[in-house]
Amino acid sequence: MADPVIVVGAGPAGTRAAQRLVQAGLRPVVVDENERQGGQIYRRQSENFSRPAEKLYGAEAARARALHTDFEALRPHIDYRPGTMVWGVAEEGLLTVRDRAVATLPFSAIIIASGATDRIMPVPGWTLPGVYSLGASQIALKAQACAVGGAPVFMGTGPLLYLVAWQYLRAGVKPAAVLDTNSLATRLRGLRGMMTRARVLAHGVRYMAELIRAGVPLHTGITPARIEGREDGVTAIVWQDARGRLRRTACDAVATGFGLRAETQLADLLKCDFVFDRRFTQWRPRVDPDGRASRANVYLAGDGVLLRGADAAETAGRLAACALLQDRALPVGTDEIADLRGILATMDRFAEGIASAFPWPAHMAAALPDDTVVCRCENVTAGDIRHAATALDSPEINRAKALTRPGMGRCQGRMCGLAAAEILAAARGVPVEQVGRIRTAAPLKPLPLDCTVTP
Amino acid sequence: MTALFRRVDETGRRGVRLVVDGYEVTALEGDTVLTALLTNGSRLRRNEFDGKPRAGFCLMGACQECWVWTESGEELRACSTDVRDGMRLVTKEVPWLTR
Ligand SMILES: Cc1cc2nc3c(=O)[nH]c(=O)nc-3n(C[C@H](O)[C@H](O)[C@H](O)COP(=O)(O)OP(=O)(O)OC[C@H]3O[C@@H](n4cnc5c(N)ncnc54)[C@H](O)[C@@H]3O)c2cc1C
Ligand code: FES
Repeated sequence: MADPVIVVGAGPAGTRAAQRLVQAGLRPVVVDENERQGGQIYRRQSENFSRPAEKLYGAEAARARALHTDFEALRPHIDYRPGTMVWGVAEEGLLTVRDRAVATLPFSAIIIASGATDRIMPVPGWTLPGVYSLGASQIALKAQACAVGGAPVFMGTGPLLYLVAWQYLRAGVKPAAVLDTNSLATRLRGLRGMMTRARVLAHGVRYMAELIRAGVPLHTGITPARIEGREDGVTAIVWQDARGRLRRTACDAVATGFGLRAETQLADLLKCDFVFDRRFTQWRPRVDPDGRASRANVYLAGDGVLLRGADAAETAGRLAACALLQDRALPVGTDEIADLRGILATMDRFAEGIASAFPWPAHMAAALPDDTVVCRCENVTAGDIRHAATALDSPEINRAKALTRPGMGRCQGRMCGLAAAEILAAARGVPVEQVGRIRTAAPLKPLPLDCTVTP
Repeated sequence: MTALFRRVDETGRRGVRLVVDGYEVTALEGDTVLTALLTNGSRLRRNEFDGKPRAGFCLMGACQECWVWTESGEELRACSTDVRDGMRLVTKEVPWLTR
């Protein structure tokens, strides 16, 4: 029997890709590191929790329910491997680990739907207990019914900042403040793009209005200065307002995020070509409009390649599956492909609107004090990276990494990589794409020391 | 010790008991190890390089800042491991600090 198609990721993109393959009579293997299907936005709670979908997913409850029930219906037709992490690539297939057991999964083609993580900008004090990524603060609430603190500050930029602050408010935890590094004037620049999806835009406006009505201070155009605290937690965040005045907000947690960062390592291990995407100011695998990578039999969909959000991820997942079917000369309607491309064109404009309304504040990385920890894993500071850039004359991020170790730690630069590249680029006086991107090495994530190998 | 996390819902679940740094604490079935530890305290581990407390960061398996040790020397990623009744965990006496 021929090797199967593997779908990596069971979020919106992976689920819709698998569904389309099943409709064509294939039986894909679906691998996801999570024990439960759903991905980030439609992440499920444990079975013994009882909150209804409306409470968990708000305005997206219907879409969440549809994605979950459609997946359950797929179960008899797919080889589903939950709790299974893909950590490497070998001649024979993907290297996976589940419950400390390592295995090799052969494949004839692969659809990568690996999603995204928060894009992080370091700030002095961000290694204190009580500082979390924005996504983490949402996961605590969604999957565990916990708040990361009683008076959290949400600091960074992007639509998720307001969404999560609003979700906390609704859960009975009033945010101490929402601090956005972008100004209102900047936000208006993205308005035209964002108007392409009026419903989504209206939700965002509503979240802000309700936060204001509840008395949550919303500040725009801020610059974070530092997070203060003790060994057992955060006590305040100090920030500069739009007029340059230093201010302090007392809080017991900080949730921080600056948009998203595509999780692209697997495509790198598969030796796919990458391009620098100016819209999202980051490197990503190069794909054609339907999701074909530069290598045959490799396809990508969802936020793991293009940061267009959950609805686009569903469409792109389906489209990538169609591309695969087409490449195998299996029947796919050209109407279907044209329709999916049409939907994605709107999503593209919307995503570009979001990206220009909430740009990544690269200049803040350049301005970080020398003693700020950038790499949380190994405590490499901004000064260490600048030293690599200048005294050690390292023109490129992998050289800097070899010399001073940012991105060498256990997270492989997932948290610090983008900021480290900005610091290096600023110190060298070159555009960030010129310093390159951190090369991926297997294992993608640390393996337990006591793994066993299964054939 | 102050608790970092607070529960906002789903508190009717069955309790589980675990031992953290020698003290018995309670958590709820369906908690991750991270939730169990941070509703009872403010630390998961100490950083290998500066010895300072860390309490996780991403909660989604990306940052690797939540690995904790069991008393028997097994390492667990706290944000993606469900808590089990009777678990015995250590957040302070870790090999790289006492070696
Ligand atoms: C923490 C977080 C919270 C978010 N919340 C929202 C929100 O509330 N609203 C919103 O509109 N958007 C949200 N987003 C954006 C949202 O992620 C996406 O738009 C949407 O989930 C993308 O779908 P996807 O299928 O591309 O990826 P995801 O939903 O992220 O799914 C990717 C899946 O791939 C799996 N995976 C990745 N790598 C591997 C591997 N190596 N081995 C095995 N499995 C792997 C992951 O476990 C995950 O389940 C959030 C993003 C993040 C990071
Ligand atoms: S908190 Fe980041 S991996 Fe667990």
